[in-house]
Amino acid sequence: MKKLIALGLTYAVIQILIMTNLISDYLQATLVTICINIILAVSLNLITGFTGQFSLGHAGFMSIGAYVCALITMRTSTIYGFIIGVFAGALAAAIMGFLVGLPTLRLRGDYLAIASLGMSEIIRIIFLNLEITNGAAGLNNIPQFVNWTWLFIFMTATVLGISNFIKSSHGRACISIREDEIAAEAMGIDTIKYKVIAFVIGAFCAGIAGALYASYFYFIKPDLFGFLKSVDILVIVVLGGMGSISGSILAAILLALISTYLQSFPEIRMVLYAAALIAIMIFRPQGLMGSRELSLEFIGELGNRLKSRKGRV
Amino acid sequence: MEGFLQQVVNGITLGSIYALMALGYTMVYGIIRLINFAHADVYMIGAYVGYFCMTFLNLGFLPSLVIAMFVCTVLGILIEKIAYRPLRNATRISVLITAIGVSLFLQYGMMFFVSANVRTYPEMTGIMTKSINMGNIVISMQQIILVSITIILMILLQFIVKKTKIGKAMRAVSMDKDAAELMGINVDSTISFTFGLGSALAGAAGVLVGVYYNTINPLMGTVPGLKAFIAAVFGGIGIIPGAMIGGYFIGAVEVLVAGYGNSMYRDAVVFAILILILIVKPSGLLGKNTREKV
Repeated sequence: MKKLIALGLTYAVIQILIMTNLISDYLQATLVTICINIILAVSLNLITGFTGQFSLGHAGFMSIGAYVCALITMRTSTIYGFIIGVFAGALAAAIMGFLVGLPTLRLRGDYLAIASLGMSEIIRIIFLNLEITNGAAGLNNIPQFVNWTWLFIFMTATVLGISNFIKSSHGRACISIREDEIAAEAMGIDTIKYKVIAFVIGAFCAGIAGALYASYFYFIKPDLFGFLKSVDILVIVVLGGMGSISGSILAAILLALISTYLQSFPEIRMVLYAAALIAIMIFRPQGLMGSRELSLEFIGELGNRLKSRKGRV
Repeated sequence: MEGFLQQVVNGITLGSIYALMALGYTMVYGIIRLINFAHADVYMIGAYVGYFCMTFLNLGFLPSLVIAMFVCTVLGILIEKIAYRPLRNATRISVLITAIGVSLFLQYGMMFFVSANVRTYPEMTGIMTKSINMGNIVISMQQIILVSITIILMILLQFIVKKTKIGKAMRAVSMDKDAAELMGINVDSTISFTFGLGSALAGAAGVLVGVYYNTINPLMGTVPGLKAFIAAVFGGIGIIPGAMIGGYFIGAVEVLVAGYGNSMYRDAVVFAILILILIVKPSGLLGKNTREKV
């Protein structure tokens, strides 16, 4: 119940801020980026953080969602077309995830990373060469349907869906694969099946995120979904803490704010970003949250701990 | 037929570059199980060092090559010391992210200092401009020099790895780090040496590419780097002769696809080969299947 109230309040406050124009267009774009990054990071966290499968191809799934949704909404420019587009995009990404995941998830560790990277590069090159996707120039004038309400609905649905999945018995099976794949197999868990399930759910959500991206920014091209985009998403997951959903959300917000701030130094923006990345990995390799979750109880406990520490001093 | 042979010649030239880079990937992966994404950018820096030596210091081709190899060796050792050594006991994913971070740092740092503009290597003179005609097949002197330097470096590398004491230490560390340490091998300095050796080869590849293709830019490393890594996986990662075979194979495939198929799809074909080899034989062409133990 508390959670529902908190969610409702977040939605209402930001909706009011947008309606009263306290959030400028520029900030609104940042807000959209944050929401899309949250969907991407949480879904990649399911694959990488919870199931322990290292994927470097998330941008590929995102691009499938973006292109499918864009092509559908450009033909049927209604709100129903948009909804169909989002789900068709997500479904296409999920099918791709299934086709790629089934053979490659037998591989361990780094090999999967390279195979998924190869997959997303192949997708990008295909989009670059197809006629219907307009090649390197990309698609322009995609009808814009996404607003804060839609974003909030999809973001909450993704986050709640994935966090409930993790708490289910299927989710526990996934976590056991991360902890020790051989032991999990010995306990009778069909490891390949659960790895594929996690991969497909992750791809589905990445497809949704891509569709929302296409519909809000009304312009997509293959180069937007390159290797660097996959790295960006992975950085959010690792910075927030692998296996912490609230960590991913915090990191997505934090990184978006940092990158907005760094916008004023375009020459050294990427250099600072890279240096920060190395520093974080050296000094806090487990990420901001580790595998803990931020909840109302956790904050309360933190407060108690601080109080008791003060008492001791 | 002659067209085909010409493509093969071009493929071997390109393959030499991939093979030189793949050696660095495969050695580093063999010794610390890390995909060293920064390797491709060491190659880029090698190309820039060669460019500065030739354009501003007016040095010849060979001195520039040696200087570039030296600078890259130092750079490789520095990268290992600053970025990877503190993470020796961290999870593999955080080391991998660090490698990506170093790669971005080198790329954009270079862009900051030398700007993103494409630069052209100076015109070659003397023997480098000649070429040999055999029927309709043209083999330029540059191609011959490029391939022979690659082969000399590979023989040198084989000698270091197989015949010297430090090479023995490298092989020991890649087999079992803890056991090697117990035998009195300094693991840290062996890893440093491996990074230095791999980076020297990448630097040489950078200068050779600059001379052969003429243009260089700060982002030139990314795509060849990925392909060289694929070459290493193809040959069996961690296996030095495998990286050489893989490099020549990937180079030949790429040139043939560009020549006979659609050149837009040549990168896609290379990645498709990667996925195929990972599905059919993940340990690579020369790799042995190792059973997983608890």
